[in-house]
Amino acid sequence: MNATAHAAVRAVNDDAFKEIAPGRIALWWFLASEIMVFGGFITCYVLFRYAHGGWEDAARHVNWRLGALNTLVLLTSSLTMILAHYSVKAGDRQGVKTFLGLTIALGLTFLIIKGVEYHAEFAEGFTPLSGLFWSFYFLMTGLHGLHLLAGIVINTSLLVMALRGTIWARGDRVELGGLYWHFVDVVWIFLFPLLYLT
Amino acid sequence: MGAKPLGRAANRGQIGKGNTEVATATPAEIKIGPTHEEHPGFWRSYVFSVDHKVIGKQYLGLSLFMALIGGAAAYLIRWQLAWPETYVPGWGYVEPQQYNAIITMHGTIMIFFVAMPFVLGAFGNYLIPLMVGADDMAFPRLNMMSFWTLAAGSTVLIASFFVPAGPAAGGWTAYAPLSARPIYTGVTWGQNLWIVAVAIEFASFLMGGINFLTTALNLRAPGMTLWRLPMLVWMELIAAVLFLLSVGPLIAGSFMLLLDRVAGTGFFVPDKGGDPLLWQHLFWFFGHPEVYVVGLPGFGIMMEIIPVFSRKPLYGYKTIVWGSLAAGVLSFVVWAHHMFVSGMDPRLATPFSITTILISVPFAIMVFSMLATLWGGRIELTTPMLFAVGGLATFIIGGVTGIFLGSAGLDVYLHGTYFVVAHFHYTLMPMVFFGGFAGLYYWFPKMFGRMMNETLGKVHFFFTFICFNCVFIPLFMAGVAGNPRRIYELSSYDFLKPAQHLHVIATIATLGLLAGQVPFVINFFMSMWKGREAGRNPWLANTLEWCTDSPPPHGNFSEPVMVYRDPYEYGNPDAPKDWMAQNEPPAEPAPQPQAGGLRLKGTGTV
Repeated sequence: MNATAHAAVRAVNDDAFKEIAPGRIALWWFLASEIMVFGGFITCYVLFRYAHGGWEDAARHVNWRLGALNTLVLLTSSLTMILAHYSVKAGDRQGVKTFLGLTIALGLTFLIIKGVEYHAEFAEGFTPLSGLFWSFYFLMTGLHGLHLLAGIVINTSLLVMALRGTIWARGDRVELGGLYWHFVDVVWIFLFPLLYLT
Repeated sequence: MGAKPLGRAANRGQIGKGNTEVATATPAEIKIGPTHEEHPGFWRSYVFSVDHKVIGKQYLGLSLFMALIGGAAAYLIRWQLAWPETYVPGWGYVEPQQYNAIITMHGTIMIFFVAMPFVLGAFGNYLIPLMVGADDMAFPRLNMMSFWTLAAGSTVLIASFFVPAGPAAGGWTAYAPLSARPIYTGVTWGQNLWIVAVAIEFASFLMGGINFLTTALNLRAPGMTLWRLPMLVWMELIAAVLFLLSVGPLIAGSFMLLLDRVAGTGFFVPDKGGDPLLWQHLFWFFGHPEVYVVGLPGFGIMMEIIPVFSRKPLYGYKTIVWGSLAAGVLSFVVWAHHMFVSGMDPRLATPFSITTILISVPFAIMVFSMLATLWGGRIELTTPMLFAVGGLATFIIGGVTGIFLGSAGLDVYLHGTYFVVAHFHYTLMPMVFFGGFAGLYYWFPKMFGRMMNETLGKVHFFFTFICFNCVFIPLFMAGVAGNPRRIYELSSYDFLKPAQHLHVIATIATLGLLAGQVPFVINFFMSMWKGREAGRNPWLANTLEWCTDSPPPHGNFSEPVMVYRDPYEYGNPDAPKDWMAQNEPPAEPAPQPQAGGLRLKGTGTV
């Protein structure tokens, strides 16, 4: 679109909102509401911890090494997700499949490691009923895990589209899926220090 | 204020007489086809429709159906309060446990399953795409899903009436620890289903709100700048944002509450280290913005109607928009005024009193803007106009008593009394029911192609208006006299006996209020089939929904819509007629429509 035509459209479109794709606006609003859900959990957790104290003993039992490993896994998966998005932009068909596949694999790795952690904690006798710290720990990480699972499902459907070759007409979906994936990643960036490192 | 014959615009005589005149902006060369399949079957047309107009009507039907249940609950509550432990006609005796369940369900149903589907679901869905000049919502299938999610939530809530131990009985606010342990209310499954139903309702309106926002931001017709949006669209937008940003922590809270009940965690249970007050914070962090979520659209409806029947531009358009945005921001920092007597840190009372009194400023701006719109207008008291100004008048009482309650010192005395009950009914009834009925009478011709009967409409209005005030003015007095709310049998306390007659008056008026809805029901169904043909623009209004057929076809507009004007150009003495539709091109050789090319008359600061 040349400059004058663009200016004409701007004159009619009046403001920047109309130039944003509907899917992107909708997804940002969705993420805003999700931020408030996790924000609610995190605020409650922080306030409780601040007000009651004595949670350090419980918090010492979570496995920060596995948590750190998971952080690394999840951050790497965000990188591969971005690379998938770039591959769509660059028209790199093989790249899209590879990077979506890697993202899914890293997501599953995260869930497996998380499962190992849960197993160890249950084996030691720490359940969601073992006190408020554990209630928060299992609730927040569990909900985060469910979000990650949803992200894996989304990415799998994108991968199927890539394998069938139908993704090229809907390239924006990789971007939207990526936005969601990064959001789930960012939630973990908050959960990790709050639950494992304090 | 009588109708002043100002001598301009002789075409006012045509109002309501099937006027089909319409101004089209551009030659109808480019055909905008309906985006959906052409001849869908019955299920696709009426049940699982993706057409925003059908979905809007479905929300309307659902909300009015739920209002019947909520109204029946009000009848039982009032009867018990006026004539305790007597036989309630049509029901039997109201047991104490039942009474708790009934007040809980009355509040839950009226807020979540009547007010929200009525002013947001029905009017938002029906009108946002039409008013911005779009052919449908941005995500029609998501829209259908929002409605059916809500229908599922309503079903769960109704199902909770039939489980053992009955429905939730912990109040519509579900305060912990009352709600956190079955043993306290004696309700087991009812409260669990309550949490699930409300959570489903939240999901539904999250999806709906995302659709509202995307549609209004993204699908506006050329020339429809943000500053030319009809006020109702602004109000639905702000309501959607408030809901979106306030409900998250309560969703988190309802997870925790459900786990407390079914899994045995202790988030809100003191002896397990939990904090019951946390639930109140989470609830009211959502609950106060929620008041504006259901309130602002009602204001938006009044602001659409008052200019039309005053034949004047809406006074202070931009001031109202900025004011509502300010109210939206402030609504996130006032929540603890619901908790002055909860046992929270009393030092918090001062900041929350200050923000609460501050938030009355934007609402005063809105009220005064509407009054200024009426001032000097040629007022025509049609049924929608009666409901709009009636709602405005009653809201002022609700708003002013809100300032009383916002002052922590006075609230400590009044909080547990009927004063609060009267106050919030005086804010919510005008915004939801007066605003909603005004909108229904006003847009009924667009929805169903026929006019509603004015005589029955006025009977409905006067019954509703007079009886409503007769219910709640006595309750203000009962509250000041110290009548505590949430009590099953008031007459068992000697000191309350002198105020008992106030409850009798309120209950008799409630019967009148409920009976007064009968003319509406008759009118609604009679007009749907036998009403006078409305034509495209029976009220001679400016906004875009009036420039298409009544009811609008699939895809809404048969010609592309171009917007040249602000929404409220009424009664301009220099114009050839007293209304200028938004899509009516300028008389001179048309300049390109530009952002903010025309300024609204009467835009000013208060």
